Amino acid sequence: MKKVMAVVAAGAMVMSLGMTAMADEDKTLVMATNAEFPPYEYREGDEIIGIDAEVAALIADKLGMELEIEDMAFDSVLAAVQTGKADIAMAGITVTPEREQMVSFTDTYTKATQMIIVTEDSEIASPEDLTGKTVGVQLGTTGDIYAEDIEDGTVERYSKGFEAVQALIQGKIDAVIIDGEPAKVFVEQNEGIKLLEEAFTEEEYAIAIAKDNEELLEKVNTALNELKEEGEFQKVVDKYIGGDASEEETEAVTEAQTAEAQAAEEGTEAATEAAETEVAETETETAAQ
Amino acid sequence: MLQEFQDRFYLNFIADDRWKYLVNGLKTTLTVTFFAVLIGIVLGFIVAIVRSTCEKTGKLRLLNAVCKVYLTVIRGTPVVVQLLIIYFVIFGSVKIDKTLVAILAFGLNSGAYVAEIIRGGIMSIEGGQLEAGRSLGLGYGQTMIYVILPQVFKNVLPALGNEFIVLLKETSVAGYIALEDLTKGGDIIRSRTYDAFMPLIAVALIYLAMVLVFSKLLSILERRLRNNERR
Repeated sequence: MKKVMAVVAAGAMVMSLGMTAMADEDKTLVMATNAEFPPYEYREGDEIIGIDAEVAALIADKLGMELEIEDMAFDSVLAAVQTGKADIAMAGITVTPEREQMVSFTDTYTKATQMIIVTEDSEIASPEDLTGKTVGVQLGTTGDIYAEDIEDGTVERYSKGFEAVQALIQGKIDAVIIDGEPAKVFVEQNEGIKLLEEAFTEEEYAIAIAKDNEELLEKVNTALNELKEEGEFQKVVDKYIGGDASEEETEAVTEAQTAEAQAAEEGTEAATEAAETEVAETETETAAQ
Repeated sequence: MLQEFQDRFYLNFIADDRWKYLVNGLKTTLTVTFFAVLIGIVLGFIVAIVRSTCEKTGKLRLLNAVCKVYLTVIRGTPVVVQLLIIYFVIFGSVKIDKTLVAILAFGLNSGAYVAEIIRGGIMSIEGGQLEAGRSLGLGYGQTMIYVILPQVFKNVLPALGNEFIVLLKETSVAGYIALEDLTKGGDIIRSRTYDAFMPLIAVALIYLAMVLVFSKLLSILERRLRNNERR
């Protein structure tokens, strides 16, 4: 196969890029992600933080490697792993049979749901009401794939989740289907939209690794299970969504209210703001350890 | 190897009727490009005539200033940003057809470049032509329409064709507002099959084929227009 691709000039270019990425493979663990997916991964200043980013750092520690995060569009994340541009992909990736054909998955680490966001005055009250509606999704997410099955529905695929939410607020679409945790953040930070209680689908997240890289798969799986046993994993989750979430949520809500106008216009800005409180807490915790 | 190629071709284009993403995307790309070119030509001609009339006769100063602002803003900002501003800011709270938004954005964008190309063409026609037209009793407008512009059109055709080729390819950013054009069609396939090679190469080949056909049509038109020059 490599030979066939090398014949085509474009293919050859892709390959050579892949090769250079593989050169320093043994020292750094390159993680592909889409840092627009709070609380799993999002930008805070120059850094990418979130559950996935922190867990990946812990795994890299265990493997004695240094973590390097590559931020890209979600629909490129799995391709990056497949072509060797990244070693692992963590981007709240749901395990689906189609995806399993293309990459290997580690053990799952989080249960997740696809939730439906609608405007507060919307007539949509359950997933069944989506028939014939225009639904916004993030391209390549499981929400996108499942939304295609909505009867007579139109699917609008945005590159970023917050753009779909923005389109919903502006009345361009009827609903947004997106992963539960980011959905909660979006709803907290924007006025006039709400979550439907009934989830659209339920699913599980896992780390994706290239098919032929079984050695790494095994190592990451071991590290991930160790983290789960030691409770380190839960600590990270708690930091972002866990135990004292109710407190954090109220904080985020007040903040969202003060930054109302701003939030309506610029979802990401507000996301970073709300995240600041959480990060401050994160930092004190680490210092204590 | 051939078998693997076949399998991947099947997965990317045949399975689940994925080729439809490319065909529908192509339709959208062609629609957007076609109408954007029309807007670009009309807008470009108007702006170019206002600008050159002001430069030659000193009239239409106010309009000229407006045109200058338009040129500065459009040429000074990336088309993706313009597209996003039109979709999310100007039509901020309206449910509007995205194809229309794309046509407007790319048309407005193209108009600025066409205007400067045509103005260059008008300025390149020597002043004597205008004087000759006026001394034969034609008005300024008539001289423009019957004497200057036909020559301008012929001279700027290569540059104009170039601009439209650029425009055709520039529409590939329409996916930013979730419009499913050809590039987005390829992206959707990519997001389903996680194969980069097949969809991207297919999309590239389709663009290339369109540009080749367009260049061919242009060169035929150029030859036709040059017929009267042959002695």
